[in-house]
Amino acid sequence: MSNAPHPPRGPDAALMSLIGSLTGDVTNRRLAILLVALVAVFGLIIGEGFFTKATVQSMAFQLPELGILSLAMMITLISGGLNLSIISTANLCALAMAYIMTKMLPGTEGFAFVGWQIVAIAVGLLIASIIGLVNGFIIAYLGVSPILTTLGTMTMVKGIGIGMTRGNVISGLPDSIVFLGNGTVVGIPTAMLVFAVVAIPMAIALGRTPFGAATYMIGSNEKATQFSGIDTKRVILRIYVISSLLAAVAGLVMMARFNSANASYAESYLLVTILAAVLGGVDPMGGFGKIAGVILSLVILQVISSAFNLLNFSQFLTLAIWGAILVGVTAVPNIRKRLGLID
Amino acid sequence: MPENFARFRRSHEFWLLSVILILVVGLSVMTEGFLTLQNLFDLLTSYAFLGILASGLLVVLISGGIDISFTATASIAQYITMLLANKYGLNWFIVFAMASVVGIGLGAINAVLIDRLNISSIIVSIATLNIFYGLLVFITGGKYIYSLPPWFSHGIYWFEYVDADEISYGINLQILALAVMFTLTWLILNRTNIGRQIYVLGGNREAAQRLGFNVFRLNILVYCYMGLTAGVASLIQAQLAQSVAPTVLVGKELDVLAAVVLGGASLAGGVGTVFGTILGLTLLAVMQNGLILLGVSSYYSQFFVGLVILLSVSATALSARRKRKGVMTE
Repeated sequence: MSNAPHPPRGPDAALMSLIGSLTGDVTNRRLAILLVALVAVFGLIIGEGFFTKATVQSMAFQLPELGILSLAMMITLISGGLNLSIISTANLCALAMAYIMTKMLPGTEGFAFVGWQIVAIAVGLLIASIIGLVNGFIIAYLGVSPILTTLGTMTMVKGIGIGMTRGNVISGLPDSIVFLGNGTVVGIPTAMLVFAVVAIPMAIALGRTPFGAATYMIGSNEKATQFSGIDTKRVILRIYVISSLLAAVAGLVMMARFNSANASYAESYLLVTILAAVLGGVDPMGGFGKIAGVILSLVILQVISSAFNLLNFSQFLTLAIWGAILVGVTAVPNIRKRLGLID
Repeated sequence: MPENFARFRRSHEFWLLSVILILVVGLSVMTEGFLTLQNLFDLLTSYAFLGILASGLLVVLISGGIDISFTATASIAQYITMLLANKYGLNWFIVFAMASVVGIGLGAINAVLIDRLNISSIIVSIATLNIFYGLLVFITGGKYIYSLPPWFSHGIYWFEYVDADEISYGINLQILALAVMFTLTWLILNRTNIGRQIYVLGGNREAAQRLGFNVFRLNILVYCYMGLTAGVASLIQAQLAQSVAPTVLVGKELDVLAAVVLGGASLAGGVGTVFGTILGLTLLAVMQNGLILLGVSSYYSQFFVGLVILLSVSATALSARRKRKGVMTE
C-alpha cells in the first residue's frame, strides 16, 4: 500500500470536469464523482494491478450480463412498472437456444450450421416476445399490478424451464457462441459489443422517439398520458415485449459466457438489477431515468466488485457495499435538502 | 345478515375462498392423502414460517410501504440467537425475546432510513437486504450451525395425541407461533387505534399527516413489527429444520409477497386483511400440496403455481372491472 503511486491530481480533476460536462444532469455528475473517487481509492490501495489491461478487460467481460438485465428492468421501471420475470425469461430463452444448438446443429461449419444458429436465436427471441406479450397484456389490458403479474410469469416461466430440463444443465455450445461470451474483437470483449448494440438503440428509443416520450409520461402520470391521446395500453404492451427481448439477449450472453444454460442461473441478479437501475437515477415510481446514468452505475458496481475480488474480499461484502452505496447515493439529495443546501 | 353476506359475496376474499373450496373438494375426491389430519397438520407446520412473515408484510403493505429485507433480518436473528443459545443455555422465553429484539432493531433501521431520509421503501429494503445478508455471510463465512440445544431441538408439543397407526398429532411450536402471530396482527389492525392509523397512512399519507398522526412513529411501529415477525419466524424455521443456515432464507421474500398480495393486499397501501392473507397463503399451500399428492412431477409444480397466480389475479382484475362498470351504469 505504501509503495502505491499517488494518482496525479491534475489529470484526475481534468477527467472529472470532462465527465461532468459529458453528463449534464445532477445524478450523473454525482455518480461520475463517486466513480472517480472509487477508482482513486482502489488505485491507491491495490496499486498498479488495478489498472492493468487484464483487470479492465475482466471488468468488461463481466459487466454486460448484469448490464443488459438492468436495461430490461430499467425500461419497465421508467414506465412506473417492474419486471420480475427477466431472469427466468433469460434462462428459458437460453435453454431453448441451447437445446437447438446442441441437438440440431449439423457439423461444425457451412450454411446449415450458421442457419440453425440463427434459427435458435430467433426461437429464443420469439419465446421472449410471447412472455412479454403475456406480461404486457395482463398489465395493460386487465389492469393487474406489474409486480403481481411478473411474479406470476416469473414463477411460471421458471417452472417451464425446470419442467422441461428436470433442472439439468444444457452445455457444450458451438465455438461461435462461446466466442460471443468469451472472445474479443480488437481487445474489446464481444459481450461488451453486444451490450453496446442494445444500449445505444435503447438510448435513442427512450430519448429521441415518441415511444420513449410516452414511456416517461406513463411513468409520471398514466391517466394524463391517456387523456392526451396516447394509446397507453399499446405502449405498455411494447415496453414489456422490449423488456423481455432484452432479457433474451442477456440470456444469450450468459449462455455464451458459461457455455451452458440452466433454468435457475443468476437468480440473485434480480434485485441487483433494480439496485443498479435506481442507483443510476431511475425513479422506482416511474417517470425518470437515463441510460447514461445506469451505465455509470453499472461501471461503479463493477469497479467495486472487481477491486474487492483483487483484494480477496468476499463477494458477500461486495453485496453489502453495493447496498450501502445505494442508500448513500439516494440519501444525499434528501440530506442536502434537510440541511437547506438545495442542489 | 343477508346484507353482510351480499357484501362478502362481492369481496376478494369470497373469490379466494371459492377457489380454495373447489380445490379442497377436488383434492379430497381425487386423492386419499389430502383430507387427513396428518396432512393438514404437516401443511400448517411447514407453511408457518411463510405465514408469520406474511402477517408482518401485510401490515407493511397496508401502511403503503414494502419490505423485502425480512429474509435477511430473519437469517441474522436466527444466527445470533442460536449462537448464543448454544453458548449460554438460555430458555424459550429468552431466545424468542432475543430474536424479536434483533428483528425489531433491524426493522428500526429500515424505518429510520425510509422516514428520516425520505427514500422510498423499496429502495431502502433492497439496499438493506443486500447489506444485512452480505454482512451476515461475510462475518459468519456462511457456516451452518448444526447442533442446537437439546430442549430447542425437541421443540414444544401440546395436547399430544397418538392415533391407532401410532402417528402423533399435537399443537407444535410452529402452529402455536402461527396462531399467535395471526391473532396479534388481527388485533393490532382491527382492535387498536394504531391499526386504524396504519390503514389511513396507507390510504392517504397526506390525510394522515393533516390529521396529526405521528407518521414517523407509525413507520417505526410498522417496520419494527415486520422485524418482530421475522425474528419469531426465524426461530420456528430453525426448530423445524433442526439447523441454522445463513444462506437458505434469502430468496423466499417473493413467496411471502405472493401470498400477501394474492390475499388481496394492495401494493398501493390502505387495503388488506388478515383473513385475506390467510386465504392467499392457504391457496398457495393447498395447491403445492395438491400437486404433490396428485403425483404431478415436482419439476412442474412451479409452473402450476405461477399459472394459478396469473389466473387468479387476472380473474380478480376482471371482476373488479365489471364491478366498476356496474357501479357506473347504476
